[in-house]
Amino acid sequence: MLYFKTKCGDNLKELSYPFDVEYLIKNKKKIRKELINKPGLIEKNIAILGGSTTSEIKNMLDIFLLNHGIKANFYESEYNQYFEDAMFGNPELDNFNPDIIYIHTSNVNIINYPSITDDEKEINNLLNSTYERFEKIWDNLFAKFNSVIIQNNFEYPYYRLMGNKEASDIHGRINFINHLNQKFYDYANKHSNFFINDINYISACYGLDKWANQFYYHMYKYAMEVPAIPFLASNLANIIKSIYGKNKKAFVLDLDNTLWGGIVGDDGVNNLKIGPEVSSGQVFLEFQNYIKEHKKLGVILNVDSKNDYENAIAGLNHPAGSLKPDDFIIIKANWEPKNLNVKAISEELNIGADSFVFVDDNPAERKIVSNYIEGIATPEIDVPENYIRIIDHNGYFELTNYTKEDLKKSELYKDNAKRSQMMSTFDNYEDYLLSLKMKAEINSFKPIYLERISQLSNKSNQFNLTTKRYSLADIENVLNDDDKIKIYGKLEDMFGDNGVISVVIGSIKNKVELHIDLWIMSCRVLKRNMEYAMLDELVKESLQKGIKTIYGYYYPTLKNKMVKDFYDLQGFELINEDEEGNKTYKLEINSNYENKNKVIEVNGK
Amino acid sequence: MKKEEIYERLNNVFRDIFDDESIVVNENTTANDIEDWDSLEHINLIVAVEQEFGMKFNMNEVTSMKNVGEMASIILERATK
Repeated sequence: MLYFKTKCGDNLKELSYPFDVEYLIKNKKKIRKELINKPGLIEKNIAILGGSTTSEIKNMLDIFLLNHGIKANFYESEYNQYFEDAMFGNPELDNFNPDIIYIHTSNVNIINYPSITDDEKEINNLLNSTYERFEKIWDNLFAKFNSVIIQNNFEYPYYRLMGNKEASDIHGRINFINHLNQKFYDYANKHSNFFINDINYISACYGLDKWANQFYYHMYKYAMEVPAIPFLASNLANIIKSIYGKNKKAFVLDLDNTLWGGIVGDDGVNNLKIGPEVSSGQVFLEFQNYIKEHKKLGVILNVDSKNDYENAIAGLNHPAGSLKPDDFIIIKANWEPKNLNVKAISEELNIGADSFVFVDDNPAERKIVSNYIEGIATPEIDVPENYIRIIDHNGYFELTNYTKEDLKKSELYKDNAKRSQMMSTFDNYEDYLLSLKMKAEINSFKPIYLERISQLSNKSNQFNLTTKRYSLADIENVLNDDDKIKIYGKLEDMFGDNGVISVVIGSIKNKVELHIDLWIMSCRVLKRNMEYAMLDELVKESLQKGIKTIYGYYYPTLKNKMVKDFYDLQGFELINEDEEGNKTYKLEINSNYENKNKVIEVNGK
Repeated sequence: MKKEEIYERLNNVFRDIFDDESIVVNENTTANDIEDWDSLEHINLIVAVEQEFGMKFNMNEVTSMKNVGEMASIILERATK
């Protein structure tokens, strides 16, 4: 009998790469039962419009998404009805109100390929007409639904009539598919709610001959063999979890035999395997380079190593290594249990440990960390030459919409570390805040910030009063709604610019009431009095619009206890609290309102 | 391998795939006997059986198999584990 294997915090190991396909196919129902009761799942409607069979794709996507904390309700088109559903709709789909539309097409849906007798113009026409059929679908769906579209590109055919010429010659199918894919990418680059699910890459990784096993197409009209579906579903789930702000944010890295070969404390710095001279050193150098590249994407690097601190630093200063002590935000090198260090890193960074990727060559350390830290990823790396592939194929840092803030994140956390140092030199907290010379920009939404605002609404869990999520399309609607007050706050100080870190959205009702739908702030700027500055501006704008009463709501979740008494602290009056702890507050406002923020310069004043 | 062992292992595969611990298959079992056994689950069942016994069915066999008994005979011939 097969029972559940070891559990890894919230995340099931079976659902991280490399997959045990046999286990997944057999046990998907049990896995689903296990995951469906996870606390804190967010619900999303996903419409799958298929150009081939999608049943097992839906089942696998379902469990991968649950593992990321997303409970999907599915609409599935009838077999190969993607075009009809998208162009002409049907009542079920129209009422389904999808958050995500996934168009699962593949090369079986390419109706005509160039013929060897076609001239260049004819091939161009064919390319355009094949493409336009898809473009029409997307435009039509965007016009109809407020949703994100995820579209497969095309994988290569499994046979080549002309052999190698298929790639270079305009009559070749591979050549045709490359051009078609490029047109899809051009559309993706112009539409921020449109993403490519790169099955061309996934089929290559999997092995095209196996992927295209024709048994499954002719038996059940699957565009790929069924054992390949977990790879497809995982790739797709990565895009979706990234859209909803569920990417990992930081690496926590072991040193000995993870970032270099050997044990620095025993072997000495000079004997470590790192650098271009020998193969065993090359492989670790390549891994260091791979990790270092993540910094540019805003991933935060940290160390958790059983070593004397001096030895760890000496190892990181090895002249042939590419990672230096300065690349890391927090370095824990001591003899504490690794899980305690992970906790400490989480507290110092103010980032949940469930958004860490813990990389350690020692399975025992991975086990202790995954047992004690809920939701942390502990990729099962085996030999150094596989480290990159195993980490990379898990898609922990899948990039969908990125903002300038993301790319600077590592700097931001470094600035924070400096701020904490400075704080220790002040007796009075207000003096400290004043010394930071904080400047805020607080205004009504502006188009350039919409992406960041949407991202913040999907990422903020702790300082979030209502935990309402807004997609980019939702935020665009808020921007254009005159019955909403919507303000963002940006904060900079002497150490750096934090970017947009707070958002408040309220709905005007009965002309004189403002009901706050959303109040969020990034934990990066906790205890800086930014929330007072936001309230001051909210009141100011409300008074201009003739509002007399502001209503605030607190809905408890597992993660937002931090703001349980937020409205009390802001001077609101509690008017109702139900059994679940949902609270309603009000604040009467008039022109005698006195600003609460005294430490931040707002909009140049 | 004995037939009894094949049926015992098949039982486990069927129970996993259909998530029903009460399933007991015999040579006469067909899709009509198991509620969730539709054409879409059939392909998953085939994949799971193939993986369990380390063998492959060809398309002709999958389309002409009438009951679990016929499946078991092919397994008996070809199982590698």
